[in-house]
Amino acid sequence: MSNPYVPILFLLALGFVFAAGSVFTSLVVGPKRYNRAKSEPYECGIQPSPRAEGGGRVPIKYFLTAMLFIIFDIESVFLYPFAVAFDQLGLFALVEMVMFIITVFVAYAYVWKRGGLEWD
Amino acid sequence: MSTLLSLHEAAGTFSESALHGIQTLAAEGKDNPRADFSDTPWWLSLVKALIIFVYLLVSTLMVIWFERRVIGRMQQRPGPNRNGPFGLLQTLADGMKAMLKEDNTPAKADRFVFTLAPLITATMCFIGFAIIPLAGEVSMFGHRTPFQLADSPIAVLFVLAIAGIGIYGVVLAGWSSGSPYPLMGGLRSSAQMISYEIAMGLSLVAVFLYSGSMSTSQIVGSQGSVWYIVPAFFSFFVYVITMVGETNRLPFDLAEGEGELTGGFHTEYGSMRFAMFFLGEYINMFTVAALATTMFLGGWQAPPGIAAINDGMFNEGWWGLLWFTIKLWMFMFVFVWLRGSLPRTRYDQFMRFGWKFLIPATLGWVVLVAFFRGAQNGWFGDAALEIAGRRFPVSSLAIVGLVAVGALAFGWWWDNRAMAREAAANETAPEEIDPYAGGFVVPPLPGQRLRETARVGAPALPEADPVTERPSGPAVFDFTDKEAPRG
Repeated sequence: MSNPYVPILFLLALGFVFAAGSVFTSLVVGPKRYNRAKSEPYECGIQPSPRAEGGGRVPIKYFLTAMLFIIFDIESVFLYPFAVAFDQLGLFALVEMVMFIITVFVAYAYVWKRGGLEWD
Repeated sequence: MSTLLSLHEAAGTFSESALHGIQTLAAEGKDNPRADFSDTPWWLSLVKALIIFVYLLVSTLMVIWFERRVIGRMQQRPGPNRNGPFGLLQTLADGMKAMLKEDNTPAKADRFVFTLAPLITATMCFIGFAIIPLAGEVSMFGHRTPFQLADSPIAVLFVLAIAGIGIYGVVLAGWSSGSPYPLMGGLRSSAQMISYEIAMGLSLVAVFLYSGSMSTSQIVGSQGSVWYIVPAFFSFFVYVITMVGETNRLPFDLAEGEGELTGGFHTEYGSMRFAMFFLGEYINMFTVAALATTMFLGGWQAPPGIAAINDGMFNEGWWGLLWFTIKLWMFMFVFVWLRGSLPRTRYDQFMRFGWKFLIPATLGWVVLVAFFRGAQNGWFGDAALEIAGRRFPVSSLAIVGLVAVGALAFGWWWDNRAMAREAAANETAPEEIDPYAGGFVVPPLPGQRLRETARVGAPALPEADPVTERPSGPAVFDFTDKEAPRG
């Protein structure tokens, strides 16, 4: 086995076959009784509220969280190679990484002070 | 000028040592997987994939029963005990029933994505387990093979990436349902998962610092003498919190907070498509718990006492699967225990905890561990103290001392702030308040009086006397003069 990722594809295939198979089986085996109320959005029994196509507008906070996630996730991914090669790289890498973390921390403090981390 | 020159020189030696380090890294190849797949033909990989798949499915059936039984005991009721011995087949019966139900698609749903979302969740949840070592080298059909499907120098990164793909299932399910509750649930759930993924990723950095590798077999192998839960205890603490947040389990199951969102992102789902989300949630629990076992609890290795028996007899071959399963189920019990004893948090509390405590604290912890590791490697001088026959490097002790002083100072500052806050809370309320000062009406506290607002065009009211007497102007709670007596 030359490529280490090929066995993962086996597991992927097994998982997909199982998931698709059981969903398909339930489509075939399950009953079908049409009822107009059943195909309406569930809102605890009241008349469904009108809604824009494609989801409409959602609070900007979710977008902000996603943007912050990209920033800080990239930071943590940058820390991985540093951590793995730490013993070989020596003191130089330690100093560099502390500098890097401080730089990102400035951005973090800025976001905090501007209220980017508040959730009301 | 001379300092600048020496700085320059220092930087020169620094970069030289770094270059040297990279060369030795390439030569040593320490971050390569320890697991040896050279004696593993492709069909054996397929067999192992099948074993892991069945292992996960059976574990899921078991854990749902286990959760219901344990929570039942915690609430002083028996839990499911009718189908099969001890009710063990309850989950199977539930699954069959789900399959025989109508698979309804709402009229407003995006039909393709609505079906795709549960498939993504149910497929992706399996793959994370591919790089988890369930045991060491075992004999299987005449071949010596590590009991893990695959390994690579970036194995842990692979699990995190798969967890990221799994979030798509949740988001797409929420969006494609065409209904307000699922949409909000899906958004919340994705924001929650990505927020806690950062702290989760950062908490693992400390382990990589110690192991010097991201390959899971290498990480397990390097925990022979001491499990990483000891040197990286804070990382473990953060990881356990984030793994509950990642899997949307109580007390962090805000995505499906039924009080506010009925069912969250899967409100519109039923039958087998719902069961796929259910399956995904439980297998994700197993995956994060397996990663915690591998990273912090020595993976498949026997506990310290048992590992020493008979030259490590219990630490070889298939025994690993037993220890791994026991450790895995310990985490399962913690999941159930949390669900049985903690109420759900509020969404803003949850996000604040993640962003304002877990991330900066873990970042600080990573820096601390890096300095410790540097002291262990002797980068800050070789001076050492001999205490009770063991050598402690002076630099490590200095770091411990610094951290202790810092913690004391922080505690002092925190206490002062808490006391100031308490004093502010206990401050006696003013005796007279203006009900409209804040923009909306505020009722008076007991013993307080309301200040009458000045009416436009009306003459200014006479100043009220201090509380000792009744006010001379219009009485505050005395509404009798507002209404003329009738009759």
